[in-house]
Amino acid sequence: MSYISLSDQDKKEMLDRIGVSSLDDLFCCIPDEIRLKRELRLPPPLTEPELVRHFETIGGKNKEHIHLSFLGAGAYRHHIPSIVDYLSSRGEFISPYTPYQPEVSQGTLQVIFEYQTLVCQLTGLEISNASLYEGASAAAEAVLMAERIKGRSRIQVAGSVHPQYREVIRTYVKNLAIQVEEVGYDDKGQVDIESLKRQIDNGTSAVVCQSPNFLGVVENLDRLSEVAHQNQALFVAVVAEAASLGLLQPPGAAGADIVAGEGQSLGLPLSFGGPYLGFMACRKEFLRQFPGRIAGETKDVEGKRGFVLTLSTREQHIRREKATSNICTNQAWCALRATIFLETLGQEGMRELAYQNFQKANYALGSLSAIKGVKRKFGGPVFNEFVLEFEGGYKKVADHLLSNGVLGGLDLGPFYPALKDCALFCVTEVHSKADIDRLAGLVEEVVR
Amino acid sequence: MSREPLIFEISAATKKGFALPQLDVPEKKDALAGLPVRAAMPGFPQVSEVEVVRHFTRLSQANFCIDTSFYPLGSCTMKYNPKINERIAALPDFQGSHPYAPQDLIQGNLEVLKTLEDCLTEITGMDAITLQPSAGAHGELVGMMLIRACLEDRGDPRQIVLIPDSAHGTNPSSAHTCGYRVREVKSNSNGTIDLDALSREMTGEAAALMVTNPNTLGVFEWDILKICEIVHAKGGLVYMDGANMNALVGKFRPGDMGIDVIHLNLHKTFSTPHGGGGPGSGPVGVKKHLEPFLPVPIVERGAAGYRLDFSRPKSIGRVRSFYGNFLVMLKALAYIHSLGAAGLKEVAEIAVLNSNYIRKSLEGVYHLKYASPTLHECVFSDKLQKERGILNIDIAKRLIDYGIHPPTMSFPLIVPGALMIEPTETESRRDLDQFIEAMKAIAREAVETPEVLKSAPHVAPVRRLDETAAARNPVLRWEGPKE
Repeated sequence: MSYISLSDQDKKEMLDRIGVSSLDDLFCCIPDEIRLKRELRLPPPLTEPELVRHFETIGGKNKEHIHLSFLGAGAYRHHIPSIVDYLSSRGEFISPYTPYQPEVSQGTLQVIFEYQTLVCQLTGLEISNASLYEGASAAAEAVLMAERIKGRSRIQVAGSVHPQYREVIRTYVKNLAIQVEEVGYDDKGQVDIESLKRQIDNGTSAVVCQSPNFLGVVENLDRLSEVAHQNQALFVAVVAEAASLGLLQPPGAAGADIVAGEGQSLGLPLSFGGPYLGFMACRKEFLRQFPGRIAGETKDVEGKRGFVLTLSTREQHIRREKATSNICTNQAWCALRATIFLETLGQEGMRELAYQNFQKANYALGSLSAIKGVKRKFGGPVFNEFVLEFEGGYKKVADHLLSNGVLGGLDLGPFYPALKDCALFCVTEVHSKADIDRLAGLVEEVVR
Repeated sequence: MSREPLIFEISAATKKGFALPQLDVPEKKDALAGLPVRAAMPGFPQVSEVEVVRHFTRLSQANFCIDTSFYPLGSCTMKYNPKINERIAALPDFQGSHPYAPQDLIQGNLEVLKTLEDCLTEITGMDAITLQPSAGAHGELVGMMLIRACLEDRGDPRQIVLIPDSAHGTNPSSAHTCGYRVREVKSNSNGTIDLDALSREMTGEAAALMVTNPNTLGVFEWDILKICEIVHAKGGLVYMDGANMNALVGKFRPGDMGIDVIHLNLHKTFSTPHGGGGPGSGPVGVKKHLEPFLPVPIVERGAAGYRLDFSRPKSIGRVRSFYGNFLVMLKALAYIHSLGAAGLKEVAEIAVLNSNYIRKSLEGVYHLKYASPTLHECVFSDKLQKERGILNIDIAKRLIDYGIHPPTMSFPLIVPGALMIEPTETESRRDLDQFIEAMKAIAREAVETPEVLKSAPHVAPVRRLDETAAARNPVLRWEGPKE
């Protein structure tokens, strides 16, 4: 297949106008000795019907969809209203680029403005940017931002922050003289406040915690915020499961200075890990240190309301090496999907979504932890995930579930040596009571 | 056309756009006790499904896009996005796949990753590829981290990165985010890197040169072999910003010419949609000596199928969650499979033909600062029109009235009042000619009726917007009903 729109006659006339005799002559500026003299070695071209068959065959090698899945851990299966796909696939949304020309990009710009408002409402903070890549790099950007604001070189990161987010934070700060110290968790699965108090001091720029954390437990954000602020450090709250914001206290209300998170739950399919949606919100006073694109309201020459990208003096195309981030292309289309998702669900829909996740997960936790040989690992309150400990290890449970068409929770052994017999289960609104009962039945069979 | 209200302005209590099934587990009302629960969300929208559909459909109609208009935004490669790629990326086997699923159950995904790596390795002439970076600038950052890790491994990470004055702003910013100071290298009168300047700046302090090729003028760095020699002779590495790879696919392989690291933009060269500003994907290719430092995980092809390798002791670590923007990669692979080797080479040839056709047609009408031959894009300026007070922004806004998206403006910095035009290979002769005629008409208007340009656009959803006021008094969210 080819997507060229020129006829042979066009090509000939165009070459004539340019004044060269062949297409190859147009490349005379590449020295002959370094031009590629052979054809690339790539698979032969496919027509559309062949292409569809080819990818259906490859897709068929994925055997995951035949399973009932209880995997979460930073990537969540939620129902996506059909209008999200329908509207977001419009060419006017998917095929333009960054709205550099606001007069012909009001659609994209107003969507970003609405998105920013929704993120502020969900997080309880004052300003939001237009999106970042995904949750982990958003958390890393928050750490860099805190360091710029505070000028201090150490950060305290909860060990219950998603392990991949912690890894990405370490990768980002490695070359920047910022030290990362981790804070352990207590037997409720929450940040060990006493350890945090011991580790934090006036060299700490930020305390970074996730809620609900990677162990599924909802943190006491008020208390963490208080400890951070007593030491004049910023409090950075990470949210990996954005659906929780429909029910739980917004981090901004607990005193978070920056919220960074993953918006995949808001209308983005699992997609083997991407594209997802990094979101970030903060207090207004930190605007000048905020990374990423921001849309703002203004007026045209006739006084009509319109929207533009604004405060670009923070950004790389103006400030170059002094920019607040190197980010350029972000996740605008994913932010569009989140905006459609949130506006469709609305206030009541978001609360109901979160409430059903909470009720179903707690029902599943009750059923599973009632089984002899299965123990609820942490006492802290949970949202839609929880950790179970299995007498005799998790592997044989996982295998038994798999052989019965069920993907159980995530084995936590590789992430936390102390949790080697534990697994993290996720239950959302897509699971029926029958699904949960089936899971419990199968677990009971194998641990009995 | 009346302006579409904000969704918050049409919201009203009790309206619903969605419903979940009844909760089917026994409800435990007391479970919420002890949980920090939020109060209501004041102002959060409540609208019907029809209202949402009309809202977004109307908003979409206020956008210019590739599907409706010629979009010659320089350096962004705004080519047509084939629709079949969207269908493939929507296949449930891929879309419904959980990133933590056991590897035996996701062999199809891993095959996609490995096949794309192989294709990109062949296209660039590099030895290995990481697909993880989320966009071009993310790729630059990863590339800089790889260079730093490699030099550290040799005993000295060095302090400085050299960047030509024609570079995109992300280059200096990415180098800085990796802990490097930036030193600028001047261009010569051809618009290419000045070899003497490079030799002077390339000291033992310099870790790398970041070079865009063809550069932001569309000019191929003719001396690329010598450039690499100069940098390598002093122990530095050469990073190529591959944002402009659309000019080169099938014609030139960076890996054969001494480039150590390169990033590609799948959303440019490989046709994946720009989405209004992402998601993109910015794979990074490296030569053998940098391979040990690639981010984790790496996909390996073995006798028993594909495996993810997490244990790589010299790796720079993880740069984002999971494996990158997988669905974007899937679209790019579908594109490569559609075109094949000959089709990809034709992409570069026609992209360069279209650009040179525009350049030839507008020479003399607009000022061209550099006479050097150009490949996929050309950079004119407003120099001839400026004498009459007309700036590039006026020309750009007037183009909107002709139904065409304006070129990139005020960039590269070495061309004051720049109009950077990249037509791409997918445009028809008719679209190119309409653009050329519009540009000529605007040049005439600049002489005859300059006020028409100054007050453009006249036929857009909004007239010229006050960007200064937006920055001076930032309104960054809806604040509630106006009194």
